[in-house]
Amino acid sequence: MRSRLPALPYLLIFAAAAALPLAGDDYIVLIATRAAVYWVLVSGLNLVVGFGGQLAIGWVSLLTIGAYTTSVFVARGWLGALPALVVAALAGAVAGAIVGLPALRLRTFYFAMATLGFATIVTQVALAWTGVTGGGIGIAGPTLPAPLDTQMGFYLFCLALAALCTWMTLNVAASRFGRALVGLRDAEVATEAMGVSKSRLLMTVFLFSGALAAVAGGLFATLQSYITPDAFTFDLSVLFFIAILIGGRGSILGPLLGTILLTILPELAAPLVAWSTFLYAALLLVIVIVLPGGIADLLDQRRRRKLPENRQIVPRPELVASLITRQVDRPALIISGLHLSFGGVRAIDGLDLELRPGEVHGLIGPNGSGKTTTLNVISGFYQPQEGGVRVGDAPLSGGPQTRAALGIARTFQTPRAIGEASVIENVMIGGTVEGRASFAETVLALPRHWSDEKTLRTQAERCLRIIGIEALADERADRLQHSELRFMEIARALMLCPSFLLLDEPAAGLSPDEITRLGALIKAIRAAGCGVLLVEHHVDLIFDVCDRVTVLNLGRELAAGTPSEIRAHKEVVSAYLGG
Amino acid sequence: MFSSILWTGLAIGAIYALIAVTYNVMFSASRVMSFTAGQVGMLGGVIGAWLILRLHMPIIIGFPLTLLGCAAVGVLTEIVAVRPVIAGLEKHLYVLSTLALALMMQQFTAIEWSTEPQPFPRIVGAGFALDEKFWLPLLACAAVIVGLELLYRHTLVGRAFLAIAEDNYAARALGLPERGLRIASFALAGAIAGLAGFAGGQLLLASIANGPMLNFYGFVPVALGGLGNNRGAIVSGLLLGVFQQAANFLFGGVFVSVAVFAAFIVVLMAAPQGLFGAAPTRRV
Repeated sequence: MRSRLPALPYLLIFAAAAALPLAGDDYIVLIATRAAVYWVLVSGLNLVVGFGGQLAIGWVSLLTIGAYTTSVFVARGWLGALPALVVAALAGAVAGAIVGLPALRLRTFYFAMATLGFATIVTQVALAWTGVTGGGIGIAGPTLPAPLDTQMGFYLFCLALAALCTWMTLNVAASRFGRALVGLRDAEVATEAMGVSKSRLLMTVFLFSGALAAVAGGLFATLQSYITPDAFTFDLSVLFFIAILIGGRGSILGPLLGTILLTILPELAAPLVAWSTFLYAALLLVIVIVLPGGIADLLDQRRRRKLPENRQIVPRPELVASLITRQVDRPALIISGLHLSFGGVRAIDGLDLELRPGEVHGLIGPNGSGKTTTLNVISGFYQPQEGGVRVGDAPLSGGPQTRAALGIARTFQTPRAIGEASVIENVMIGGTVEGRASFAETVLALPRHWSDEKTLRTQAERCLRIIGIEALADERADRLQHSELRFMEIARALMLCPSFLLLDEPAAGLSPDEITRLGALIKAIRAAGCGVLLVEHHVDLIFDVCDRVTVLNLGRELAAGTPSEIRAHKEVVSAYLGG
Repeated sequence: MFSSILWTGLAIGAIYALIAVTYNVMFSASRVMSFTAGQVGMLGGVIGAWLILRLHMPIIIGFPLTLLGCAAVGVLTEIVAVRPVIAGLEKHLYVLSTLALALMMQQFTAIEWSTEPQPFPRIVGAGFALDEKFWLPLLACAAVIVGLELLYRHTLVGRAFLAIAEDNYAARALGLPERGLRIASFALAGAIAGLAGFAGGQLLLASIANGPMLNFYGFVPVALGGLGNNRGAIVSGLLLGVFQQAANFLFGGVFVSVAVFAAFIVVLMAAPQGLFGAAPTRRV
């Protein structure tokens, strides 16, 4: 969606690369082969680093594993070079999962350290395991069968693989998997609440990118023709990692250009060879400080396009019925005897609440009374110490990623959006659980991938029309105003056609007109049979739209009843409403 | 044999512990974990060897100059890689900026100094029952513990450090010069890492390979001991050193690296806050 001809830059790059041999210079072809081999690895790593935001800085370990696996299988005569590449891919996938495993628990610096430690160990094992790897003496790299054994044949083979990797990662990037990855990077909590399982998605991506890295390793061994552990310096890891960051996260064209740039850079002048890693590092420092978005951010025209001023959000509540039609005689969402303490603080101290389909239930109370905590328990971010939440007779258990499948959607007190993604992509994340295509089908762009994309996009367009911000569909979310982000979160929640919708202070920061329209929208959502739990401080909105209201104070129910009962309740008036 | 393993282990462990303290001192002041910690440790050895062996300075001048140089590198880290990043919205970019600076330090040293380990001067000379390469790191570690304790408990600046570490916003609201204290912390951290490299010079030599090595093995005690917890870091560091040497003797080098790495991952997966505890963070 970024430009009218998204494939054009890639076609130009690969056409130019395919025409390179016409220059008749073997050395140029050698450099180009190296760039292609690197890109096979970087394209996969890009999903981990650029999309997933996982700082895997020791990825050379997977190149090493792939190179040795291929070389050993061929040198011992167990397999031909091409089947050995497939074995390497499998080994790489497993190794990728092992390196990636810590990412499920460890954050940024810790994970970076873990990948660094893994890289050190792989090199040490390669040195010490002399019986298999030849230790410091090394081992011959595999030779591919004819016609791939000539320099030209090998180059075209690598180029074809590089093109294939580009296509596969482009497919992933433009799918629910790619969006969810970016979501985990920039808005983890919201993305999990949309039903994305962080562990499953990250493991899948680590498997995929480990396999690509190991294939690159096999090609690398062929290119080197002889490998020793010295060939796999940490400098290579740095090159791969920095190529992605210079290219820009969440982009594929950027890191492709970055890889080409960093491969060519040391060739431009002899002194640059010794200083190449220093230069890469300096480049990284400059990029991080001056242009955290990388090359891709420079190429992205949406940053500069002018948005109209005085934009108005005019929802179309009448369209809600075309999206959601839920029966109201479904089981209710029931909270019973809920207790939750943080250390010595009792955040929720024995709460009972029933959210019925087709009702708006208000949850009000002073700051710190446990309103948002209640929502967080329902969405699975906190596990209650006593009591629980159930829908009908089925208790809710498990983490936040399990709620979307049950039709429970929510918004957040501070909007949680992916700034670099477009509005419609942000909204489409809401429907991630509706997708049917597996990761493998997406990688190969099989029919179910296309039908998923079509369904999600149509659905997202419909949600945006209901909310009334369809004109902004293709804009970056970080350019939106606060109120637009709030409404965008509602659109994202509507993607599920939710049975229960939890709204956390949706009116905060909205203008009086917008609050009125929000009220009409909430009423329409209720009329469609959805149960809405509304946490709010705008008392007028609460009394306007709610069927029932629960007032919290210090984690306990202070009062519950219809709006008119609450308005007359003495303690509520003195503790909260004022009067 | 046993005592030699124990002493080598304790000495190396003391160096790891000092690098761990370096991480902690920087983290306390800025919430930043910096990849430069181990590199400055490496620089402590390299600058020391350069001043004393190549420029023939007396130790009494070379040693303070080494610490001063490393403190300056610490300040440089703060100015170049930390300040611009934590002023912005995406504070986690510090991982990348400090990584970039650490790589630059390492490459610069590799090209301008040497990629091969170089000899490091003897500091005290003969006359002790135990070789100085064993007790110097331990002495340095003890000096840093005592020094930090005195600084934190008995000086106003030290209390200000603690206040910043405890609650940055509240400390700033009280009018503490947060930026000045952060620069001072980075200078202090640089000097501690430099001391580690200098005191461990006889043991580790002046080699660029020490940079990444100390980065990793100095971080393991941070992870095990709990971020920001200096006591945990020192206990874990010493234990790590002894374990490493003992296992090295019993099973050989590769096994040790794999074992340490596996232990590091397992502990972090099971107890991300470390064995001695660190403050939890809020997600939602």
